Amino acid sequence: MITAEQKPIQEIIQYIAPYSRILLVGCNECVTVCAAGGRKEVGLLASALHLSHLKQGKNIDIREITLERQCDPEYVEELAPYIDGVDAVVSMACGCGVQTIAGRFKKTPVFPAVNTRFMGASLSQGVWAERCKGCGDCVLGITGGVCPVARCSKHLFNGPCGGTSHGQCEVSQDIDCAWRLIWERLKELGLESRYEELMEAKDWRPGGAGGPGTIIREDLA
Amino acid sequence: MEHFEPEIVAFCCHYCAYTAADMAGSKRISYPSNVKIIRVPCSGKVDAIHLMKALEKGADGVYVAGCLAGDCHFKNGNVRAEARVNRVKKMLTELGWEPDRVAMFNMSAGMGEAFARIAKEFTETIQKLGPSPVKTGAVNQAAS
Repeated sequence: MITAEQKPIQEIIQYIAPYSRILLVGCNECVTVCAAGGRKEVGLLASALHLSHLKQGKNIDIREITLERQCDPEYVEELAPYIDGVDAVVSMACGCGVQTIAGRFKKTPVFPAVNTRFMGASLSQGVWAERCKGCGDCVLGITGGVCPVARCSKHLFNGPCGGTSHGQCEVSQDIDCAWRLIWERLKELGLESRYEELMEAKDWRPGGAGGPGTIIREDLA
Repeated sequence: MEHFEPEIVAFCCHYCAYTAADMAGSKRISYPSNVKIIRVPCSGKVDAIHLMKALEKGADGVYVAGCLAGDCHFKNGNVRAEARVNRVKKMLTELGWEPDRVAMFNMSAGMGEAFARIAKEFTETIQKLGPSPVKTGAVNQAAS
């Protein structure tokens, strides 16, 4: 899923300072799972903004709504009845959601309330780790299910660099060397020979180097 | 300075603090009437939004009282409650509010004296902090 973290409250307060009627929009998908922008977080942020304004003796009108998905126009359309009654929208979805709202409602400013971080997996309650870079040409089938693009700090394709030390990455002792993990996994699978196969230079165009990506499924479009 | 009687909301776990409050009553130990108790099935039931809403509606202080470490009826509700209280403290700090307006306490069902002492001490802490910014903000705005 796409992970995100709430922005510092003061940054959000600065965004909405000129406005008095706010539509605060959460998303029921990824940001709900990573506890950054679901219904619960919408309530909490609204309450925090109220406390901030009440301290200054001011009132702010905040309408809370959480959409099923903010990255689909069908769901974003549900905001249409409310949009004329607000001065600004604050979105707690990932960047995709913010842009979908901004694209649909041209005259209303939209501000992000979260920083979108990465595509990650949950390691345990409250802990998420980056697992995919969306490189557009998945190699997990030949690297034993451990991604060298997302998990090697240098995105190396043919074994570890000289910075690996006792199985950890030189960037941080908290980061496992992806190529140590790949080697261990290949050994467990009895596929050590695969390690010897050289991988050619990667074509990074599908992963973003070729400009913003688009997928068109003609059977669906 | 005008005497200030704070309004305090205490979320009390049914299995410990709420019974401790009852125990204080049985033993005729008085505690400040400023503390308004809300019984919850476990301190882990108290979410950050409950603390925030209490403050938003004008409470001068809010605390959660749960079981002693390791004694939670539901394993770790008290640990979760403490993490949420700490999160709200951090949020209040970012908002320029005094983080000491929220607190977490632990006690057992038999600690009636401790319940009364904590209620008294927390009331004194809030008295020192003064009225909630929700009240002072409105007054300051009216005066300006």
